[in-house]
Amino acid sequence: MDALSLLSAASIDAGTALALASLGLLVNERSGVVNLGAEGMMLVAAIAGFATAVHTHNDYLAFLAGAAAGGLLAGVFGLLVIWMNTNQYATGLALSLSGAGISAFVGVPYTQEALGERASFAIPWLGELPWVGPALFRHHPIVYAAMALALALTWFLFRSRAGLVLRAIGESPDAAHALGYPVRRIRLACVVAGGAACGLAGTYLSVIYTPLWVEGMTAGKGWIALALTTFATWRPLRALAGAYLFGGVTMLQLHLQGQGVDVPVQVLTMLPYLATIVVLVLISRNPTWIRANMPASLGKPFYPGA
Amino acid sequence: MNSIVSSVNPYATSPRPLPRSHARLTVCLLSSLIWAALACSKKEEAPTAQPSVAAAPVSDKAAVAEPLKVAFSYVGPVGDAGWTYAHDRGRKAAAEKFGTKISTSFVENVPEGADAERVFRDLVDQGNQLIFGTTFGYMEPMLKVAKDFEDVRFEHATGYKTAKNLRTYDSRTYEGAYLAGVVAGHATTTGTLGVVASIPIPEVIRNINSFTLGAQSQKPGIKTKVVWVNKWFDPPKEGEAAQALLNQGADVLLQNTDSSAVLQTVEKAGKLGFGWDSDMSKFGPTAHLASAVIHWAPYYEKAIGEALAGTWQVGQSWWGVKEGAIELASLSDKVPAAARTRVAEITAGLKDGSFSIWKGPILDQAGKTVLEAGAVADDKFLLGINFYVKGVEGTLPGPK
Repeated sequence: MDALSLLSAASIDAGTALALASLGLLVNERSGVVNLGAEGMMLVAAIAGFATAVHTHNDYLAFLAGAAAGGLLAGVFGLLVIWMNTNQYATGLALSLSGAGISAFVGVPYTQEALGERASFAIPWLGELPWVGPALFRHHPIVYAAMALALALTWFLFRSRAGLVLRAIGESPDAAHALGYPVRRIRLACVVAGGAACGLAGTYLSVIYTPLWVEGMTAGKGWIALALTTFATWRPLRALAGAYLFGGVTMLQLHLQGQGVDVPVQVLTMLPYLATIVVLVLISRNPTWIRANMPASLGKPFYPGA
Repeated sequence: MNSIVSSVNPYATSPRPLPRSHARLTVCLLSSLIWAALACSKKEEAPTAQPSVAAAPVSDKAAVAEPLKVAFSYVGPVGDAGWTYAHDRGRKAAAEKFGTKISTSFVENVPEGADAERVFRDLVDQGNQLIFGTTFGYMEPMLKVAKDFEDVRFEHATGYKTAKNLRTYDSRTYEGAYLAGVVAGHATTTGTLGVVASIPIPEVIRNINSFTLGAQSQKPGIKTKVVWVNKWFDPPKEGEAAQALLNQGADVLLQNTDSSAVLQTVEKAGKLGFGWDSDMSKFGPTAHLASAVIHWAPYYEKAIGEALAGTWQVGQSWWGVKEGAIELASLSDKVPAAARTRVAEITAGLKDGSFSIWKGPILDQAGKTVLEAGAVADDKFLLGINFYVKGVEGTLPGPK
């Protein structure tokens, strides 16, 4: 039972980076923009955050720097795809690749740095509980921030007027435009917010989770986060659950090895992507499901007044 | 980002009807490919540009005679704090010892594979007369290049193939693992150790076994759990593997991977660990028990000395504690006096040859005798180890 509690804790830690990134991406996909550059934004934010932590010894400033770096890259991407209407998929890929290159280049002097002592966290009374304590209440604050973000987004997207406008733009930018909403600016705001969330995810990896800077350290987590948004059919709470599930799969594989169970590592690494394809097949077979979930203008350029 | 803007602009500023979207897509794909190419070539250029920079300080001191040009090709960054860092310390020591008689340079981050051959040819072109390659995967490229340039001498670390002008060298890392095991045997309270292992090759399996044997020599019945990450250098995954081991009751961890991530994870969890390849005490001020350090300097000094004196000959070297190539260094205050004494005794015994780590009786995982009582394993036995000793849990991953 104890092992299970620790496995849950490790899965939540492992899933938090995925959760933050996919919640961000979900917002900008809800507004109709696909940003395949998640991996690149996470990497640039990881080094920006790590460098800040090294110089200031302050993890919260590091998160700020990481979010700013992610937001900045996303802003550039937004200008390209929203105003210049470049192809979203190709531009996103370019962002992903160049982000990897930039971060590797900038990160060279930081490869051997060590961050100071890492504080451990526990919620005063709840952290002492026998089983749930270690599993749920001894995480870094950012872990709880990710959970709060999922809840807040659910309310924002489905219960607030601004969220309704955002979803309307994702469904039919032309209609929203006709009603007088500044489609491009709102889309840009969503894209920047998505980039900032990816930035938080990247910083979490390099400053809290590992904590080290290494070239290419996100190791595909950005792509898993992208897959997750689809897997979650663009719903925040499902994205959060999916992130913990995928984090759990990663950790389970290592735990099983430790217990002497022989598992094919490669198959388990493949699982998140396989699951995404299965979900895509399921929702594509059923027209009402698609209409209910996938933003109708996703990935399509918008020309005001065209 | 400029290149995207400029190459995409003509299509983007004047929106066109949908049929042209193919053209737009093509342009975008092209520009992203160019970007990709730029990003990649930058990474590759950096290392090749490195030698001249690194060589400058040494060759500045105008040599009386033409200095011997010595080059090193590293698989990782010199800042990895582990394997490559240890090699670079060796290079620096040799450069200092021979002063103006040699000039050294290095190329870092050279992947194992097709690129390596290009780098070795480059190094020959630059007039290097002695070239070291520091990872197993350089074996075939080095063999190929060595054949084409018979007047240049090549040295390959951890390999087993030699040629007329190519010899191999390695260090007995398992001696460091055994000494770490002795300390771990005293330090563990749960009686369960953990190893984060890289790639299932005899070298790594030998280290896991030696670590376990070292611990059992102090406290019989100790068990070792193993998690394979199938990479030499992947800090996030190394950290996750360490967490998995800790969660299952292991309280002292060793890693046979190249980064300090395992030690850092152990530090965060308040458990104990070791540094590997280089002194890693700064990555785990409270968790660090000791570091199994490789000193490449003695070998590099010998090899370069031979090249200078003209006595360089093909052969295979496997150096350990005896030659000063392996050391359990930076023992922390947490290591009890008894363990310290034992480590010092074993170190002395390995130096004068009175102590052997792989001395029977040694049983494998299933309890079958692999080494009869009193028998001492020779190098051939050691190089072919592909079984776990008794006390190591789990099954060995199949042949890769």
